[in-house]
Formats: sequence, structure tokens, C-alpha cells
Amino acid sequence: MSKHILFNALQLLVVMGFSPLAMGVLNRLKEIVQSKQGPSIFQPYRDLYKLFSKDEVVAEESSWIFRVTPYIVFVAPLFVTLLIPVLTSYPLFWAFMADMVGAGFVLALGGFFASLAAVDSANPYGPMGASRTRMVGFLAEPIFLIVFFTVSFVADSTIPFIVQQQWVTPQSNFFKPSHILLLVAFVMLILAEKGRLPIDNPAGHFELAMIEESKELEYSGQGAALMKWGGWMKFFVLMIIFLNVLLAPWGLASTMNWGAVLWAIPLLLIKILLFIVLLVFIESSLAKLRLFRISEFMSAAFVIAVVAMLTSIFKQ
Amino acid sequence: MQAFQNMTPLLANLNALAGSLFIIATFGIVATRQVRACLKFFILQSALLAASAFLLGSNPLSMHLIAVGIINLVAKVWFLPWLLRRQVEEEVYTRREITQVFSIPASLIIALLLTVAAYFFSLPWVKTAADAGALSINVPVGLAGLLLGGFTLSTRREAVPQLLGILAMENGAFFAGIAIAPDLPMIAELALAFDILLLTFVVGVLTRAVHERIGSTAVGKLTNLREEVQQ
Repeated sequence: MSKHILFNALQLLVVMGFSPLAMGVLNRLKEIVQSKQGPSIFQPYRDLYKLFSKDEVVAEESSWIFRVTPYIVFVAPLFVTLLIPVLTSYPLFWAFMADMVGAGFVLALGGFFASLAAVDSANPYGPMGASRTRMVGFLAEPIFLIVFFTVSFVADSTIPFIVQQQWVTPQSNFFKPSHILLLVAFVMLILAEKGRLPIDNPAGHFELAMIEESKELEYSGQGAALMKWGGWMKFFVLMIIFLNVLLAPWGLASTMNWGAVLWAIPLLLIKILLFIVLLVFIESSLAKLRLFRISEFMSAAFVIAVVAMLTSIFKQ
Repeated sequence: MQAFQNMTPLLANLNALAGSLFIIATFGIVATRQVRACLKFFILQSALLAASAFLLGSNPLSMHLIAVGIINLVAKVWFLPWLLRRQVEEEVYTRREITQVFSIPASLIIALLLTVAAYFFSLPWVKTAADAGALSINVPVGLAGLLLGGFTLSTRREAVPQLLGILAMENGAFFAGIAIAPDLPMIAELALAFDILLLTFVVGVLTRAVHERIGSTAVGKLTNLREEVQQ
């Protein structure tokens, strides 16, 4: 039992420690694809260090929401980390505390508070970005639900540790249409939820066009560091959900030894690197959509998710 | 009918995957904005139809189904785009946005309802059939292709996407057909393949004529009769 708690703590450390690295690698690769040199892959760590050692300025008009939000945004992905298989394929101490719907709810809570804080600061760009994020968010909501429905139709459960085994027992289940289409829909969801390219340009610094970034504009110092780190961790956690829960449980520790669990860390990083390469490919080949075409992108994802559900309901 | 009884689970899953991607490709034909993307989705759809024929024909080996797949690949994936390109290049290969009656999300939702209906109506019938393995995958998908093709035909306002709608209907019928009647005489498939090419040719010529006469191919505008003005 105590070992389970230690493994859980190790999962938290992995997510906290490697999420800035994943972001650094993603940014660097994107720049390389554009024939630029790009910043070092350790730049996010330097940013965090710089921001943590700076003073924080808080607007006089803002309320407690503005002050509390960075902590909520920071803690929400860590909470989800306790529920999902990051390193081990067997359930750990807190695994049955909540299922995938609960995890989605906790992640959404962080996003909700970030939007509230953006409105709270009365910065003219914050509320605009917040309302756009909500627009993308409510279009993404039905897709999340359909994905969870599909998962529960296929696996009869929404506990991540049980779901992940379904896709490979027997091995031919990997090619089930509901599985493959689910993966496609979930990649589209990650793009929408984290404001990646066809939805929003993460490299753009033009306030009027921002969707995701504008919510952090008003933060400085420690608050900005926590917001940024929380956002990176959310991205990292979504990638882990995709790779370990929805794709396949390959490369996870199945025994209780420390060696096996530690060996799972480099395997996880390799998988995430592969996913980042895919993401760079997607982001480099698409242009940003105009605001009112986002609904078309999201309805395509919705249609794919519903077809995944249809093929899993109407099976013999 | 007994032919598909001993399909391995892997083959059955791959066939089902081809089927669901077939539906997604048909959604693409219904709702993309450009004629060229529409044509690409049609090519993808035909390739998936061929893939399903290959999968169904591989175990036990059925030369007949494999021949169906090859005819499909040659006629629809290679020859038809070539024909369209020769005839109406400026319609297909210029990057131009086409109009349709509904907005893209609305037409996708209607298409989704049609797909649900296709599953809903075909499965009770499929369940009574003797061998349900391949039928339960191919028949609903084929029926969905048929309905979505018809829907494309009624919402698109341009000649070439309407042609692709007819061809998508035909692909849907074929998709169901290779599971219902795998032993259809070869001559029927050959005739169909030529029929499609002829159809494409005729529509291509017609499109050119319409373009020459009214300066565009938005056939949706041609709603009332008009007397020829004598010069």
C-alpha cells in the first residue's frame, strides 16, 4: 500500500517535471520545421525560474477569484494525474476515486476558473478570449460526452485502468472502428481544448486574435508561472490520457518493482515525443481557422465521435 | 452466403474499420467546401470500398471479390479523376469554394441523422439473415452511403459535386452488395464500372455545355425556363 502511494507521488513528479520539457521540445520542433533555429528545449524551465523570482502585480479591482485561480489551474491536472495510468498498468492508491468523467470535470474546472479570472481582471482582451474559449468549450463538450459514452459501451466501465486493457484484449480489438475513430476524435479534442493550431495559434502574440493565451495576460510573477505551468501540465495529462488510456497500454510497468516503474518513465517520454512529432506535423500543415469556422471543425469531430459510438452500439 | 462465416476477428475488425472510414469519407463528400476536396474524399471512399472487397475476398480466397476490388481501383480511383480532369479541369482543380443549401454544421448533423437511420433500419433485417458477420457491417454502411449520396445530390448546387453524390450512392450500393451477393456475375460489375464512366463522361460534357451557356456551373440557379433570345 505504501508503495502504491509512493508510485502515485512519482507520477506527480513526472508530470510536474517533464511537462515543461514536452512544451520546449514541441516549440523547438515547430521552429525547426519552419527552417528556424528556435529556443532551447529547456527554455520553459528558464521561463518558470524567471517568473518565480519576480514580483507579482495584482489589479486593485480584481476579487479573490483572480488570486485563487492560479492555484486551481495548477492543482487540477495534478489531481487528474492521480486517476490515470501514467507509469503503471495496474490501479494505484487513488485510482478509483473518480472515473474519466470525473477527470474531465476536474480539468474543465480549471478552465472554468481561468475564464472567470480573465473576466475578473477587467482587462479588455481577457473577457474576449474567455468568451471565445467558452465557445470552443461548449462545442467540445458534446464530443467529450460521446467519447465517454463510446468508451463505456466498449469497456462497460469508465475507470481508465479498466478501459486501457479493453483495446488490446484480444489484440485484434485494436483495429475496432470505434477505437480508431475515438482516437481521431480525441486528437481533434486535444487541439481544440489546448488552443493548438487549426483552432488558435499558440505562437501568435496579437491580442485581438488570441483565444487561449489571452486569459493569462493579466498575470505576472508567481501567478503567471503557475498559470503557464498548469497549462503545460494539462496538455501533458491530455497526451497521457490519449496515449495510455485510449491508444494502448503499451510500455507501462506491470509489476511492483521500482526498476520496472522507473523504466516506464523513458518509455512514456518516447511515446510523448512521437505524439509531439504528429502534433508538429498537424500544426505545420494547417492554417488557423477563422472564428466562425471553428464550429465546422468541431462538428467534424462530433460526427467522427458519433460514428465511433454507432459502430460500438450496433455490433453483433 | 456461407462464405464469410469463418472470418477471423482481425479481418472482421479491419472490414468494420474500412466501413466506418467509408462513412467518414461520405461525410466529407457531403460537407467539404471545395470541389477538389470533395473529389479526394470520393477517391478515398472508392479505395475503402475496394479495401472491403479485398478483405472479404481474402479468407477464404474469392477471386471474384478481389476482381471487384481491382475493377473499383482502376475505374474509380485512377480513371475517373483522370476523366474529370480532362473534361472539366477548371471546375475541379481550381481552388474555389462551392455553395450549398445548408451550412456545413447543419448538413453534417442531418447527414448524421441519416446514418443513424441507416443503422436503425438495416440491423433488424440483418439479424434475421443466416450469416450476420459481414452483413451486419456492410449493409448499414452501404445504406448510409446510399442515403448520404442522395442527400449530397439534393444540397449541392454545383454540377460536379452532384455527380459525386450519384457516384457515392452507387458506391454505397456496391458496399452493401459485396456482402449480400458475393457471387454476382462478373459481367454485372464490369457493366456497372463502364456505366459509371459513361455517366461521368456525359455529366462532364453537360457541365461544359452549361458553362458555355450561362457562364457558371451552379446548376442550382437553373430553376425556371427561359426562351432563347434570337439575335
